[in-house]
Amino acid sequence: MRQQAAIAAKVFIQRDYTNGTVCQFQTKFPSELETRMDKQQFEETVRTLNNLYAEAEKLGSQSYIEGCLACLTAYTIFLCMETHYEKVLKKIAKYIQEQNDKIYAPRGLLLTDPIERGLRVVSFPALSVVDGKYCLCIERSLRWNVPQAQM
Amino acid sequence: YLRVETVYTMKNCEYQQIDPRALSVSPSSAQRHAEERAPRPRRKWEVFPGKNRFFCDGRIILARQSGILPLTLGLIVVTCGLFFAFDCPFLVVHLTVFIPVIGGVLFIFVVTSLLRTSFTDPGILPRATPDEAADVEKQIDTSGSSTYRPPPRTKEILINQQVVKLKYCFTCKTFRPPRTSHCSLCDNCVERFDHHCPWVGNCVGKRNYRFFYSFIISLSFLTSFIFGCVITHITLRKYSPCVLKPVKALFKPSRRALPDILCIYQIFDIIVLFMGWMRFLKVLIEICLNSLLVIVILLCLDSVCTVVELVICFFSIWSILGLSGFHTYLVASNLTTNEDIKGSWSSKRGAEESGNPYTYNNIITNCCVTLCGPMPPSLIDRRGFLPPDEAIPAASASEIELPPFVVKNDAHMCTQSTKDVLERMVHSFNRQVLCPPSTPKTTPLGPEVSSTAAPPTDASPHSAGFSRQHARQPVPASCPPFSRSSKRDSLHSINPAFRLASPSPTLGRTTLILGDTPDIGFIPLP
Repeated sequence: MRQQAAIAAKVFIQRDYTNGTVCQFQTKFPSELETRMDKQQFEETVRTLNNLYAEAEKLGSQSYIEGCLACLTAYTIFLCMETHYEKVLKKIAKYIQEQNDKIYAPRGLLLTDPIERGLRVVSFPALSVVDGKYCLCIERSLRWNVPQAQM
Repeated sequence: YLRVETVYTMKNCEYQQIDPRALSVSPSSAQRHAEERAPRPRRKWEVFPGKNRFFCDGRIILARQSGILPLTLGLIVVTCGLFFAFDCPFLVVHLTVFIPVIGGVLFIFVVTSLLRTSFTDPGILPRATPDEAADVEKQIDTSGSSTYRPPPRTKEILINQQVVKLKYCFTCKTFRPPRTSHCSLCDNCVERFDHHCPWVGNCVGKRNYRFFYSFIISLSFLTSFIFGCVITHITLRKYSPCVLKPVKALFKPSRRALPDILCIYQIFDIIVLFMGWMRFLKVLIEICLNSLLVIVILLCLDSVCTVVELVICFFSIWSILGLSGFHTYLVASNLTTNEDIKGSWSSKRGAEESGNPYTYNNIITNCCVTLCGPMPPSLIDRRGFLPPDEAIPAASASEIELPPFVVKNDAHMCTQSTKDVLERMVHSFNRQVLCPPSTPKTTPLGPEVSSTAAPPTDASPHSAGFSRQHARQPVPASCPPFSRSSKRDSLHSINPAFRLASPSPTLGRTTLILGDTPDIGFIPLP
């Protein structure tokens, strides 16, 4: 009989506030994903995301010009054009989708866009289709650290 | 064997997949199923858990108590109206035509900034989803067995080599990011919370601080401008050679005296506008006193009156200009009103000038960052649609993201088949189960919920999952009922050993929640 199961354990990667209120995520590799994927790839994904968010919130001449122009036009200019931040957010969404397609979905993982959670966390709801017993063990050990002897 | 599977499903029920946008969906989710036949998708603002009001189908957001905003608008509009009606004709003739032009531009700036401040989302943080809240809880409660709520939890982090305490918000169930505060009037956590301004009818936070600042600056310019024009007008009328007349003639009921009386009325209006930044009762008292004072002075003296008016208005202007000055200081040192009032950084004076870890130690940089920095997007998706069983949230950029109601994602077809197999197994194992199995593969919840039509009306984020269980209750009468509080306890008090010890009562629960759990973990097979 075909055994299918799905875990939807979620791994949350929290924000990293060491540089202030800029949107950065912790690059520490969560222990739950150790069996599932490569540390390098994970760190590279998070680092790229951090760079993209830094670019969105960058205080360069472009953002200043945009701010001053908006102020002068009594902020009506935002009705016509989208802000730099929104453009970068679109880029981030595309990057996340591309990463999901290439790297995470083949491993049975899914990366959710942080904007969906208010830029608080990045989460990995883990889907996987494997043999039933093993799924169960993993889930239990993920959550409750209960010894698996009861199995 | 059976016992084991009970435990697993019990645990799984604690991780109901609920709308990741963390807006309470429970009151509408159950109804949504009921009214699925009626194709009226509901938007997320309709179930927003904070105390806000929404207009224009979610485009405009206001605090619930916005009673003083019409007063602010009214004062500004009335004063400017009088200015344009009575001062401008005189001044255009005697001075220049730019007077109404400048006045008009300033007026438009003031009103636009005010409306923008009032109607913009100040940076509200969405509340944590149940799974996120559980993850945070897990990290804190390492013992994991107590249901007692511990004292306010704080987390210390390092920001720019300075220790900052993050507090845990019990309403939003998350650790507040730095500079975030929970507004009790709006019942929301707001990023970079400055203050809740009743005159504007909204919180002032990260996203609308620049609008608020431009509002008070432009209002200062506008009031100073109107004040100057009125004084000029009165002065020209009184002392201009062609319209020189004794003071007492001012109050003779003659046609020529009328514009002068209106000028005085206009001064009163300005005084009201200025004093409006203080308490309302005080405003009334001061208006009366001021008007009496001005009338007396105008009746008695002539040459000193202008000086006296200036003195009176100086104290009135002080409030609005004082506010502008205070906020300019805050902008230049990258502080919020909240932090300044609490003195968060003043006590931490180390080697640096100020203990504020967010300042760039450069006035121009601080100003540019606060006022001209990038405009972050709204984190609450007001106009997105509540996900029905078949649709993915409209605002979701990533199409393959895990949807909130797992029952219908095609990535979870395996989950469905898993559930069905499990259900069949459970039924085959215990004959005394009286609860009917969940019916279809795609929407196990739909028919049940619509048939029961007894959704809980509580707006707690947990209750979306619980509502499904409640909805099931009337159907199997003999299944043991369970309350939401017990479910919540099970969420917070994790004690697998306890549950393992009593398999039979939990068995009834198992079947109740079976079809609901999206993240069922397994199938143990013989």
